[in-house]
Amino acid sequence: MNAVARRRAPMPRLALTWFRLGAWLRSPKPCLALAGYALLLGFWYLSVEVFKLPRFAGMPGLTSVFHEWTSRNPTYGISLYIPVYWVHILVSLRRIGIAFLLATALGVPTGLMLGWSRAFKEYVFPLFEILRPIPILAWVPLAIIMLPGSELPVIYLTFLASFFATALNTMLGVRSIDNSYILAAGCLGASSLQTFRHVIIPGALPFIFTGLQISVGVAWFSLVAAEMVSGQFGLGYLINTSYTSVEYPTIVIAMLTLGIVGYLSSAMVRLAGHWLMAWRVPQLVTDGRR
Amino acid sequence: MIELRHVSKSYGPGRFARPVIEDCSFTVEANHFTVMMGPSGSGKSTLIRLVAGFEKPSAGEILVNDRPVTGPGQDRLVVFQESALFPWMTTRENVQYGPRARGELTGTGRARTDFLLEKVGLHAFRERYPAQLSGGMQRRAELARALVNNPAIMILDEPFRGLDALTKKMMIEYYAGLSAESPRTNLFVTTDVDEAIFLANRLLVMSHIPARVREVIEVDLPRPRSFTRILLDGRANALKMAALSLLHEEAMKAFGGGNIPAADFIEAHRRRVAAM
Ligand SMILES: Nc1ncnc2c1ncn2[C@@H]1O[C@H](COP(=O)(O)OP(=O)(O)OP(=O)(O)O)[C@@H](O)[C@H]1O
Ligand SMILES: [Mg+2]
Repeated sequence: MNAVARRRAPMPRLALTWFRLGAWLRSPKPCLALAGYALLLGFWYLSVEVFKLPRFAGMPGLTSVFHEWTSRNPTYGISLYIPVYWVHILVSLRRIGIAFLLATALGVPTGLMLGWSRAFKEYVFPLFEILRPIPILAWVPLAIIMLPGSELPVIYLTFLASFFATALNTMLGVRSIDNSYILAAGCLGASSLQTFRHVIIPGALPFIFTGLQISVGVAWFSLVAAEMVSGQFGLGYLINTSYTSVEYPTIVIAMLTLGIVGYLSSAMVRLAGHWLMAWRVPQLVTDGRR
Repeated sequence: MIELRHVSKSYGPGRFARPVIEDCSFTVEANHFTVMMGPSGSGKSTLIRLVAGFEKPSAGEILVNDRPVTGPGQDRLVVFQESALFPWMTTRENVQYGPRARGELTGTGRARTDFLLEKVGLHAFRERYPAQLSGGMQRRAELARALVNNPAIMILDEPFRGLDALTKKMMIEYYAGLSAESPRTNLFVTTDVDEAIFLANRLLVMSHIPARVREVIEVDLPRPRSFTRILLDGRANALKMAALSLLHEEAMKAFGGGNIPAADFIEAHRRRVAAM
């Protein structure tokens, strides 16, 4: 029994993360993902540059976009070799980072309180439910009037939708916790505060991370919307200015960049979730290692 | 000692109130093993929640050692019908949760955790999460989590439900052994007659909903007991038959008079028991 137990002892988190990465690389999944990308790029290439379909003719083609993107001397001024391109990315990332951290720092506690305290919920939830459905774009004028400068309104707008997504999911997470865990904790002598720390928070964690996944998604969405109406830099701003000055390849470059950084940011949130919730990793995953 | 005096409990508002327990009185003697049996849905778990102090009775009173129950207390530990191990804690963290919550996780607390983990055969699995344990191991971990607090009263609501027959038998023998080593007051709910006869000093057969005690059967079989000896023992079988026919009577009420196939089924089953 001891030998079995030793072989099956849980792996440290870092090893687990590496192991998952290795398993993913060995599985057919990366090939399938690449095939998916190839399909989309192929469609793009064929429809614009080979068949020249009616509405597609004016669009920038695959080859011209990639040529522009990797050019040392781009026609429209934006490529991997141009520092301004990176400034746009960094400015957007900084805004997302601040807004997301703020939304998490405020949204998680708000959601925990909404789920845990009935009194708090009675006061706050009606207000919450009135404010939540207001679309971000409707907030734009007020945000610009209310907040000084061009940076704060953008961060505020990005923060808003993220905050609601995080708080709502956290609240649902608390309410999803099986009552018998709470009873068991009380029975074993835990105080309310201990129950909150040892049962409510870890029990809500899976929902909290679902909320954070949604939260980064809507953060990018709101960021681009906000940057298109306000701000000096950023990928949304780049798309908007390129549109008014008819620099279509640059628009597509900015769009693809958004896709990549958006994907990376939600992958990071997912990774953090796996890190914090090692208990949810099914034994199957680790048993695959011999 | 637990004493219930004319306890009633109903759920639902106003005139929609539906009595689940009505005028139920019984006593659980100190350091005895009291087993409660009753048809499914008759209100056993509800009674357990009242005794545990999670809910308040609509009428009547519940006394534990002559003091009325006002809420959950550490003298009464409950092992739930469903597994309530915290999925985010390892087996060891689960087992030592009680001492930790009360700030008693000192050297002796840790030693006791290790001792109990060893005792329920989970020491090698102490760093695993509950999802990585089998059903039987989870039940053992849960027993250890309760026993580590050395409670005066253990309340167990069908703790071995859902285990396969063999594991269940082993768990029953195992728990009987643990109880023999350190006697305490046990209130144990089950729907399995063999389990009940094996463990009980006293058997409470509950009525169909609303629950009250239909009959009290004293099980004065010698200990330690074994399943084979009980199988061959005439007195044990007589007790078992008495309990079974009472249960069938109550279950028949549960099915309702209009249900002819169900009534036929129970009648046939009764004849089979009688022919045994
Ligand atoms: N919180 C509640 N609100 C309303 N009705 C309830 C509640 N809890 C239990 N009941 C009702 O009380 C009855 C008894 O339920 P209980 O869970 O106590 O039965 P049980 O004897 O433990 O059954 P089983 O053997 O299947 O576990 C059921 O009819 C159920 O519908
Ligand atoms: Mg029950």
